[in-house]
Amino acid sequence: MSNNSGSDILVTITDLSFSRGEHKIFDGLTMEIPRKGITAIMGPSGTGKTTLLKLIGGQLTPDAGLIEVDGLNVHQLSSVELFKLRKRMGMLFQSGALLTDLTVFENVAYPLREHTRLSQPMIHELVLMKLNAVGLRGAAQLMPAELSGGMARRVAMARAIALDPMMIMYDEPFTGQDPISMGVLVRLIGELNSALDVCSIVVSHDVPETLSIADYIYLISDGKVVDKGTPEAMSKSQSAWTRQFIEALPDGPVPFHYPAPPLMDDLYQMKGLE
Amino acid sequence: MFALLQKLGHFIITFFQRLGRGHVFLLQVFASCGSLLVRPGLLVKQMYSVGVQTLIIVVVAGLFVGMVLALQSYYALVDFGAEDSVGVMVALSLVRELGPVVTALLFAGRAGSALTAEIGLMKATEQLSGMEMMAVNPLQRVIAPRFLAGVISMPMLGIIFCAVGIIGAYFVAVILLGLDYGSFWSQAQAKVDLYHDIYNGILKSFVFGVIASWIAVFEGYDCIPTSEGLGQATTRTVVHSSLAVLFLDFVLTAIMFSK
Amino acid sequence: MNTRKVEITVGLFAAGAIAAFFMLAMSVSNMSSYNDDKGYVVSADFDNIGGLKVRSRVSASGVVVGRVTDIEYNSNSYEAVVKMKIDSKYNKFPTDTAASVLTSGLLGEQYIGLDPGAEDQYLKQGDTIELTQSAIVLEQIIGQFLYGKSSDDKKTK
Repeated sequence: MSNNSGSDILVTITDLSFSRGEHKIFDGLTMEIPRKGITAIMGPSGTGKTTLLKLIGGQLTPDAGLIEVDGLNVHQLSSVELFKLRKRMGMLFQSGALLTDLTVFENVAYPLREHTRLSQPMIHELVLMKLNAVGLRGAAQLMPAELSGGMARRVAMARAIALDPMMIMYDEPFTGQDPISMGVLVRLIGELNSALDVCSIVVSHDVPETLSIADYIYLISDGKVVDKGTPEAMSKSQSAWTRQFIEALPDGPVPFHYPAPPLMDDLYQMKGLE
Repeated sequence: MFALLQKLGHFIITFFQRLGRGHVFLLQVFASCGSLLVRPGLLVKQMYSVGVQTLIIVVVAGLFVGMVLALQSYYALVDFGAEDSVGVMVALSLVRELGPVVTALLFAGRAGSALTAEIGLMKATEQLSGMEMMAVNPLQRVIAPRFLAGVISMPMLGIIFCAVGIIGAYFVAVILLGLDYGSFWSQAQAKVDLYHDIYNGILKSFVFGVIASWIAVFEGYDCIPTSEGLGQATTRTVVHSSLAVLFLDFVLTAIMFSK
Repeated sequence: MNTRKVEITVGLFAAGAIAAFFMLAMSVSNMSSYNDDKGYVVSADFDNIGGLKVRSRVSASGVVVGRVTDIEYNSNSYEAVVKMKIDSKYNKFPTDTAASVLTSGLLGEQYIGLDPGAEDQYLKQGDTIELTQSAIVLEQIIGQFLYGKSSDDKKTK
């Protein structure tokens, strides 16, 4: 664990710009994520929420701007330092990203075996404890292919917390889950956060679930932060963006139509082609 | 007109970009191979899926290639009363050319495509990304063992192919066609040189092993992680490694056996 | 355990490759000299052995009785020294047996033909066959033929 915990801010993002080819994903994004509690980053699909997590994890390099995690500029670290930083980050991918050729047990044991010199019985004990925390101790000997999507995510959670990280990033943890496993995941994220007392970053577009657990919310759209605040503040926010997103209105600042010339023009053109 | 030029330019630029990426990748893989000393188990596991699982097809193919070679050379040589040379003809063709080349082609089709698909799928399911986020270098844990297993397995498969091919030829020539077993071996022994032919054949196999494994792991690592991209990458692995092997075979033959 | 199975098969694979390599090295390439214990070695000097090779046949009346085991060039006598191992069951070749380098077919491989003589003594281990006839070299025969035919005595050597 780090010692320079003078500030309450763990992750600072300043003026971040990132583009894929011609398409600008972030354009002057600025946000601060506190050291404790659950911070949710919400926004419509395609706003690059996953990309943001990869930028924080140092897997992508921004075009401009600064990302600091625990006082370290992520993109100026040597690969050794970056790996050292990543050991203190846990990340939960949308698919779980379990290693398909290893059992559930071995998947959770993987970071321990890679980064520690713990004895076999010690690892065994730790892994079972982590699996117990997500309620899947009984599934230890299953292969990832035998798990449901929600179970795979819970195993990935156990793996993400294996090294007792200072922060856990969740990439769309609720997407495509049935109500039961959604509820399980919501409860788990909240419980893990309070039990481990870490920084949790949840990227999601599932409004009610996220609002129920987040301590602070950033709403991003078009590469910028369009609104931020606590869940209560967000619910009352007058911002058109927030209203559209939280109340799931089909049209608003995010238009229903993909940019196109007026309909009549298109129809007319089709006629001209005949 | 300009569109055509642009297409050509685009093709050339992307080609060289890929070539550059591929070479940087190869250097990184070489650098990562050292970490296998700590975890030899990973290499053994890959030797199994890359080498052992290709063995069956190599043995069967070798047997039949040897038998066909013996049969065909017998028909060609018997008119000149030189059917005793079947042994040397089969042995030289196998050791110098067919052994390394056919093994490499089979390897590209069997092991290479599987490697590409496996690595590509790991990329598509974010397993490689996940490893990176766990502060584990996938080059060391995923790519290097597969690459090295391919490089080591190829010469071994090549030698086995040659040996089985010669046994197949012996079966056809001596047991079925009734040639003298002594002249079968003696002609081969007289003309096949341990250094000039067999070692060079193994060297060829080794070079093909590097090329085929490199292409296979690179295509997987560099693929577009969609079902379509994965399919294209697998196809490219087979096509590119086959072409590279045939081209390099020509170059190597010209260098090795020019005298 | 599964790892065990994997390791064993990989070990077998490696052993197979090594065995294959030795098979290629020993019995296909020129690494080995063919040695069969049963038999006795005799040698014969030839002016020219043509395309005779180690492990070529040694036959008498068309029956294979042995193999050529070694071919050397003696720089004192300017002759090729051919050692051949003859099967021990054919141990009654008289000492004045003649050895000649023959060709099977027009372009076939060359072998040694033994022509038994009339002596009472038989060849044994280490003996030398005195009567030898060299290989017929096609170019020389054609040369002689042309030489004999031509009316003027142009010398083409």
